[in-house]
Amino acid sequence: MRNSIVIAFPLRLRPNISNTLLHHKFRPTCFHSHEGHTISCVPYPAPQTKPMALHFEILGRFNRARAAQLTLPHFVCQTPLFMPVGTQGTIKGLANNELERIGCQIILGNTYHLALRPTSELLEEAGGLHNFMNWPRAMLTDSGGFQMVSLLHLADITEEGVTFQSPVDGKPMLLTPEESIQIQNRIGADIIMALDDVVKTTITGPRIEEAMYRTLRWIDRCITAHKRPHDQNLFGIVQGGLDPELRDICVKGLVDRNLPGYAIGGLAGGEDKDSFWRVVAQCTAALPEDKPRYVMGVGYPLDIVVCSALGADMYDCVYPTRTARFGTALIPEGVLKLKHRAMADDTRPIDPTCPCMVCKNYTRAYIHCLVTKDAMGSQLLSYHNLYYMMRLSRNLHTSIVEGRFPKFVCDFLQTMFPKGDVPEWVCNAMEVAGIDISSCCATFPSCQEKYSSDEIGTNRFDKVKIEI
Amino acid sequence: MKFAVKKALSSSGARVGVLEVGSCPAPIETPALLLATRKGLPHFISPELLPSLPSPDSNLLQVSPLHFLEGLSTTTISKIGGLHQMLGLKQHGIAAVPRDSIQCLPESKAATRLGASFETPCGRLLIKPKDYIEMISCMKPNIWASLADEVPAWVSEKRNKTSVDRTLRWLDDCISLYPAAGSIFGAIVGGTSLEERKRCAEEVAKRNVSGYWIGGFGLGEGIDERPALLREVMDILPDEKPRLTCGLGLPEEILQGIAAGIDLFDSTYIYSLTLGGFALTFSLDKSGEQHNLQSDQIGSDSTKINLRATAYRKDMSPILENCTCYTCQNHTKAYINHLLNVHEMLAQTLLEIHNTHHYLRFFHVIRGAIQDGSFEEFRQAFLESRREHFKGEAIST
Repeated sequence: MRNSIVIAFPLRLRPNISNTLLHHKFRPTCFHSHEGHTISCVPYPAPQTKPMALHFEILGRFNRARAAQLTLPHFVCQTPLFMPVGTQGTIKGLANNELERIGCQIILGNTYHLALRPTSELLEEAGGLHNFMNWPRAMLTDSGGFQMVSLLHLADITEEGVTFQSPVDGKPMLLTPEESIQIQNRIGADIIMALDDVVKTTITGPRIEEAMYRTLRWIDRCITAHKRPHDQNLFGIVQGGLDPELRDICVKGLVDRNLPGYAIGGLAGGEDKDSFWRVVAQCTAALPEDKPRYVMGVGYPLDIVVCSALGADMYDCVYPTRTARFGTALIPEGVLKLKHRAMADDTRPIDPTCPCMVCKNYTRAYIHCLVTKDAMGSQLLSYHNLYYMMRLSRNLHTSIVEGRFPKFVCDFLQTMFPKGDVPEWVCNAMEVAGIDISSCCATFPSCQEKYSSDEIGTNRFDKVKIEI
Repeated sequence: MKFAVKKALSSSGARVGVLEVGSCPAPIETPALLLATRKGLPHFISPELLPSLPSPDSNLLQVSPLHFLEGLSTTTISKIGGLHQMLGLKQHGIAAVPRDSIQCLPESKAATRLGASFETPCGRLLIKPKDYIEMISCMKPNIWASLADEVPAWVSEKRNKTSVDRTLRWLDDCISLYPAAGSIFGAIVGGTSLEERKRCAEEVAKRNVSGYWIGGFGLGEGIDERPALLREVMDILPDEKPRLTCGLGLPEEILQGIAAGIDLFDSTYIYSLTLGGFALTFSLDKSGEQHNLQSDQIGSDSTKINLRATAYRKDMSPILENCTCYTCQNHTKAYINHLLNVHEMLAQTLLEIHNTHHYLRFFHVIRGAIQDGSFEEFRQAFLESRREHFKGEAIST
């Protein structure tokens, strides 16, 4: 009869060189956090000695857009980058070697789900989520707050934390900033997120201000609770709804804390696109140049291109994998609905320009007969969609580094909007980003005010410089 | 397709052979396992992970043409260029057999003199030789079985006799319609009647076919009835042509089939195990002995483990210490246990990889035993130690 629990750590992970480079300076006292063992660290250290577990080096720019190298404990990444969401310790149906082949650099784990199953204690015993799932590259965990609020009907936010009913046994539970950080310390991701008071952008009123100030109060509690600043980077999250003043206060407050990186939260929740890009633009303008900026919950390829033009570096979204399960593929022109009857005898690949395994080997017709009926259909589409997002990330990075970012943006928009009907919000955002997309825009009423044109109805304008 | 027997044992019908098929990278040794597929690809193993299985052992697939009736026309398959092209499996050998034992099961009550009937996810379908041949010509498999009227063990003598008549007639139809694609394996049925089995085998042996597909098993006959039926058929069939069968999936059944002289097997065992959350752990020792005959109350035994069991929650070791499959080289029982608990498909992918790998190694060991001349001893040791173990299990629990 087995009494003892076998815990063997198969040593398949090796810390990479950047890991040692970071550590030599800071000499952490302990790698794992254990019960009762505290790491000696100054609770709120001065900026120069604040431990960081990342290195962010900008390699190229175009106006606000930047391409950078982000060195994390487990992996050296290139930004802009997209992070697939692996909710429960796996990216739906894809194995690690496939994720590596696709080019995933950082994957996201949901703290809420992982704390339920298999529990953060088990993950800690396993040596962290990296070890547990044998993922050799980088990882990010969210705080758990968002899921709680969106998934649980009876969740409620107080100054203490998020109170909710446990989905396991219905008992009342409380997720505090301290608890969230503790769980994330056990999970062991390269980047961890502060618990924020997140409010939907569609809500108005004093609640937004309350949430913003509470987020600032909570960040201090998160910083204090964080036991592994040498291995894990705590990112703060900018809140403030759609109110520029509130956003400004929040940015300043977070920047004062001198965190390794910053996220722009509270977006991607149903607000109109015009408000969305303005908040991103404002935040990226105010956040420090030399730290990564992560727009949470974004998203659609178009949104990623716009946000990158405005100066953001990191993104996450369930969209590519979720839409794959509904039979939708991402292509440069937009989306392709493989379920559609027309696909049944279309013998072209999903995207003729895509070099991924799926597009090189399979036709739309074959995928059509698989989607929504067979597990393999979801797998193949998820593979392609993620490959598309990684390819987009790589293209953003290299086009900025190689000094051809505006051309990349124009080609991207032209492919997606062949009739030139680029949405107004994109035009406005690109204005602010200082990128000339006039060659891809057809005549546009509001554009006409800003640009002088030779004739109505042509695609050519002479751009008039606008002061923002 | 080329087949040659390399070594045949006098003590039993078991033989080792070599099969050259299509563009497989190397000749495939038999007895061999055909991987079960759904619409041409494994149920869960992604095309990217298929190469991680032993090669060329894992290069034979069994595909049911009926799977494609749901959503893919034969014209489209033709346009794409056939199965190999469509599935991105140009280096694999594909055997087309209508029956897949999981989702396309023969429905003998609905068969008529015009065609065989199958229960499929698209409902009950009547497949006529002409339609079948059209599918085969478009799909261009390397090997294909002729259309058979399979009946379960409990039908009347008359119905059984009819099934043989129809199967023979359809074989002739298939031959004359000549799809000019792949090697035809003549279907042999006859249920549990020794005479009908003999008659069918004799008739099929007269036709110009490249091999034989022995059908009608796994449809209600007792495992003890089979040896006589198999022997009856094998005694008549020429030695130099390969024999493929359907419906013999468990290790005991595989050994039974090999002893009778079968060369190629498909098996639904792996699929069932995978869905149930089981991983094969039975010993691949050359002697056939199944060591470590311990059991516990968690639905595991020394032949397979139930990864849903909470006992594996913190088990950070691989399924099998010396297994070289992708799953055991990269993941732990604890991780798979977690994936099963949260209903993630990756669990099935990892299990299908391990189970397939393990079963392919089983076949490899069997081939070694035949080469050594120790197959009968191997088989006895395997069966007896398994029987002892199951008996012990039954008494203690």
